[in-house]
Amino acid sequence: MLNIVVCIKQVPDTNEVKLNPETGTLIRDGIPNIINPDDKSALEAALQLKDKHGAKVTVISMGPAQADDVLREALAMGADETFLVTDRAFGGADTWATSSTLASAISKVPYDLIITGRQAIDGDTAQVGPQIAEHLGIPNISYAEAIELDGDSVIVKRMYEDRYHMVKAKMPCLITALAELAEPRYMTPGGVFDAYREKEVTIWGRDDLDVATENIGLKGSPTRVVKSFTKELKGKGTVVNLDTQESVDFLIEKLQEKFVL
Amino acid sequence: MDFTLSKEHQMLQKLYQDFAEREVKPLAAELDEEERFPDETLVKLRQNGMMGVSYPKEYGGQGCDMLANVLLIEEIAKVCATTAVILAVHSSLVPSILLKHGSEEQKQKYLTPLMKGDYLGAFAITEANAGTDAAAQQTKADRDGDYYILNGSKLFITNAGKADVYLVLAVTDKTKRSRGISAFVIEKGMEGFTIGPKEKKMGLRGSSTCEIIFENCKVPKENRIGAEGKGYSIALGALDIGRIGIAAQALGIAEGAFDETVQYVKERKQFGKPLAAFQNTQFTLAAMKAKIDAAKLLVYRAALAKDNQKVFSLEAATAKLFASETAMEVTTQFLQLFGGYGYMRDYPIERMMRDAKITQIYEGTSEVQKMVISSTVLK
Repeated sequence: MLNIVVCIKQVPDTNEVKLNPETGTLIRDGIPNIINPDDKSALEAALQLKDKHGAKVTVISMGPAQADDVLREALAMGADETFLVTDRAFGGADTWATSSTLASAISKVPYDLIITGRQAIDGDTAQVGPQIAEHLGIPNISYAEAIELDGDSVIVKRMYEDRYHMVKAKMPCLITALAELAEPRYMTPGGVFDAYREKEVTIWGRDDLDVATENIGLKGSPTRVVKSFTKELKGKGTVVNLDTQESVDFLIEKLQEKFVL
Repeated sequence: MDFTLSKEHQMLQKLYQDFAEREVKPLAAELDEEERFPDETLVKLRQNGMMGVSYPKEYGGQGCDMLANVLLIEEIAKVCATTAVILAVHSSLVPSILLKHGSEEQKQKYLTPLMKGDYLGAFAITEANAGTDAAAQQTKADRDGDYYILNGSKLFITNAGKADVYLVLAVTDKTKRSRGISAFVIEKGMEGFTIGPKEKKMGLRGSSTCEIIFENCKVPKENRIGAEGKGYSIALGALDIGRIGIAAQALGIAEGAFDETVQYVKERKQFGKPLAAFQNTQFTLAAMKAKIDAAKLLVYRAALAKDNQKVFSLEAATAKLFASETAMEVTTQFLQLFGGYGYMRDYPIERMMRDAKITQIYEGTSEVQKMVISSTVLK
């Protein structure tokens, strides 16, 4: 049977999040946590492949203990098995340390296909998925808008701003999903009950993973966030109400002022 | 004693809120305005396992509990009381009777498709001369070999015309009054079974409410639920469950009205200040919030009493009485805060007030609930 691993991250719902204007950091108090939207799309894509072809869907998340919630949600949507990678030793990880840790966790389970979200809404790096593929030494196809199985290969429609690539790759491989890949299903009520009453979220700590200490946590993170700040709003645009010829002249004049033309 | 919902119930609440906001709310005004039944929403409820939340998985349900279903009805009713009543009637009355009193064959034949949402259910007890006096049934079921021949009619039947399965009370022995009444499952399309025109209602205008008529309707004896003469007590037991469902609907209407009103009073200005800045507004909101919270606790208590296998007639009647009275009071008071705009159909508050009224009447009027409560406390 096909083994699909999906990585999901618990993130604050940024639709409801505000920045502290003084420190420039997210105010997380009282903000609901959700499955990162691209990751939820990845999970849905995996569940659709399961519905169509039969597969075992394993979901892995790395984060604090309360990330248990998003894994229960994944179970309630139809995931078969879930793992929470959590330990103080993993805290403060940048994308390198995160991907090292996750790759080590994934290598403990059978996998043919790994699907991650493209990027998380709280970090926007889009690095963790591709880095996992590098650690595991498998091909990576990012920005997936559609996935099809073709024997022991996948055919992926990669989205660009102005075009698509159709990429075929042999499994095992890793795909990073766009939110457009799949509209997530609702959990079922029975699924929610079972997720808490019948099923388990397996916890993996530092000692459960075979990963070098220099590659995990804050100390294993080669990058540092030097500063984060709220972007200052630029001045308002100018609205002009001219006829066509005058508008064109106006635009050309402005573009020349800015040395664009 | 802890008043917080369990983790699973909290997650269900989030799921239902999300579903209601995306799938139900956008249709609410249109269903009311056009008196249109939400067929497409029922398809979505079915696809997502929401037609049989509190029933066992072996019969197509979701294996959750009564509280899980109460939360669903509440969240749906916050945004659309029409959709909520369709669901409340479907999920409370017929399946609870089939589960408790049906034979294994009857469960397989009717309960499973009902819980999967392949069938919609309706419950028929009320007649022209048998409302609160439910034992005064006139619809007859005369035994004729392997069949019963039904004659008579039932009034104001929710889901009639849309339902596939109707649970109907009829008199099998008129000398015994309430002990001469039996319960039957009638299928859509049975010969001699017809549906009257859709009633034009004050509220819940999207739901289908009709008279149903039996003219020499031949019903196989296998369709009788429970023993002959037990129909009335079977129905009364189910009504306790139905009352919790309607109490949840009333609670949802009140909460929905509260959400709309909080938003409105922050935006609407008079004398240069938002309405929210006036003490009249603040006190009204505060008083209604207290009632809504009290109703919520009563409704959840009734659901938990049912889940804990206790006798829950008193809890159900108390919850139904208080939640429906609260829904009516809250929507009336809040419409007043909206002023002239509240009377217009551009805002949902007038719809909510119209929808609230029926919760004091159906599934046992407020007066019936008072009879149930007082007879218990004076025992």
